[in-house]
Amino acid sequence: MAVLVLAEHDNKTVKKATLNTVAAAQKLGSEIHVLIAGHQAGEAAKAAAQIAGVKKVLQADAPHLGEFLAENMAALVVSLAKTYSHVLAPATSNGKNVMPRVAALLDVQQVSDISGIESADTFVRPIYAGNALATVKSKDPIKVITVRTTAFDAVPASGGSATIENVAAPADSGLSAFVSREVSKSERPELTAAKIIVSGGRGMGSGENFTKVLEPLADRLGAAMGASRAAVDAGFVPNDWQVGQTGKIVAPDLYVAVGISGAIQHLAGMKDSRVIVAINKDEEAPIFQVADFGVVGDLFQLVPSLVEELKK
Amino acid sequence: MKVLVAVKRVVDFNVKVRVKADGTGVETANVKMSMNPFDEIAVEEAMRLKEAGTASEIVVVSCGAQACQETLRTALAIGADRAILVESAAELQPLAVAKLLKAVVQKESPKLVILGKQAIDDDSNQTGQMLAALLGWPQATFASKLKIDGEKAQVTREVDGGLETVSIKLPAVVTTDLRLNEPRYVTLPNIMKAKKKTLEVLKPEALGVDVSPRLSTLKVIEPSKRKAGVKVADIKALVEKLRNEAKVI
Repeated sequence: MAVLVLAEHDNKTVKKATLNTVAAAQKLGSEIHVLIAGHQAGEAAKAAAQIAGVKKVLQADAPHLGEFLAENMAALVVSLAKTYSHVLAPATSNGKNVMPRVAALLDVQQVSDISGIESADTFVRPIYAGNALATVKSKDPIKVITVRTTAFDAVPASGGSATIENVAAPADSGLSAFVSREVSKSERPELTAAKIIVSGGRGMGSGENFTKVLEPLADRLGAAMGASRAAVDAGFVPNDWQVGQTGKIVAPDLYVAVGISGAIQHLAGMKDSRVIVAINKDEEAPIFQVADFGVVGDLFQLVPSLVEELKK
Repeated sequence: MKVLVAVKRVVDFNVKVRVKADGTGVETANVKMSMNPFDEIAVEEAMRLKEAGTASEIVVVSCGAQACQETLRTALAIGADRAILVESAAELQPLAVAKLLKAVVQKESPKLVILGKQAIDDDSNQTGQMLAALLGWPQATFASKLKIDGEKAQVTREVDGGLETVSIKLPAVVTTDLRLNEPRYVTLPNIMKAKKKTLEVLKPEALGVDVSPRLSTLKVIEPSKRKAGVKVADIKALVEKLRNEAKVI
């Protein structure tokens, strides 16, 4: 039986998280189908058809799918799921919202946020904020899974030539309605897809300091900007900057932690980064236990001098 | 309206968990246990609805071992009116908990169910969505703002790109994110009062729910540790390391 991947997209382009999820699906060794559920999402479906290793793209197009409401998305996935052995989605806010609903309607115990695949029914997943790894075996006939995207290297976005098939969407549930969206606008790379991330913590002191001190560094490195929970809770920066157990899980090539002490829940979100740099005035801060390179000192002096040094 | 809040007893968030030597799980004996932090936010939100005159009664529910009574007493001390424990010594996975909560919801007929978005032990992030699905109710997960407006709720959700607001018809399920509110501290007089509040104990069998687990845990291991690196003297040395040793810039 084939594997169905619920794509993360914005009706025009396919998000990188989809490529990581297809990579996970490939490890199952079956034919891969990708579902593009949205509204006027023809461009996204065409992009999905190019993804390496994808055999078929299912496109469900309806006005009530345009905002990815969980009730309508789950009804659609459930209507398709019965002919698949596995249904996978990235563990993004959409995936996490929709998939448990799918699982419950199929009477299946979902396997959340997998970081490894041992066999078709056995998976590895982090628990306790990544302080332990559990290997679990599912008895359910259909495996409903969300995928930790940082654990699987993305497949190429091109090279494939899948067929696109239209599928019917169940009627609008009428239970929920989209009202509005406040998207944080940024010219920077997306946090979960960035190669370099510059992240600030409580030590930044204010939102203004993020702009004045940290932004020049991110600009210099072409980096995305992140933050610890403490900085978000303090209102320095918006919620979608949060890196950690309950925020975003990231694994860039370089993660620069500035004024972040390194609470367990923050480390859970970034400890798989290739190289970690910590700048903190407290030499006992736990962040230094995971950092490849640490500098102890006042960030308000060190960060500007780092920017200067990088110009050389 | 009646509000039902589900709470879970978990290893306290300050505890550094240890994997058992035999690889069967995580050490929970003699470890401080507390209410899941997201569930505390759920109880607090229900309290605010009650204080605003929107909620008339708050019922807290927990599923698990007898010791969950402690967690329920904490919720009663925050201000919930009464508690229900669905007692089971078995391992309860999210689907089973959602089925138990569904049975309780059908008994209690609340207009709103609030849960934490995820428990910090198994990090599943499933129960609320599953409960909504089983009831055929709408859901608003990862809530950072909740407004009840007659027969509807307007919920602002924390999503990957920022914030999203949805309108859901009641009855509905809402799961809480970190910034929905800041839970109050429980006071001694309220802890005393909580002892006198009703705590009903039910069994899964009495609710007609099969809770047998669908996932079996084959092993639990500690993740490979990151080697602590080096502290460098200054920025010049840092940039040199990044350029020539790590080659990331």
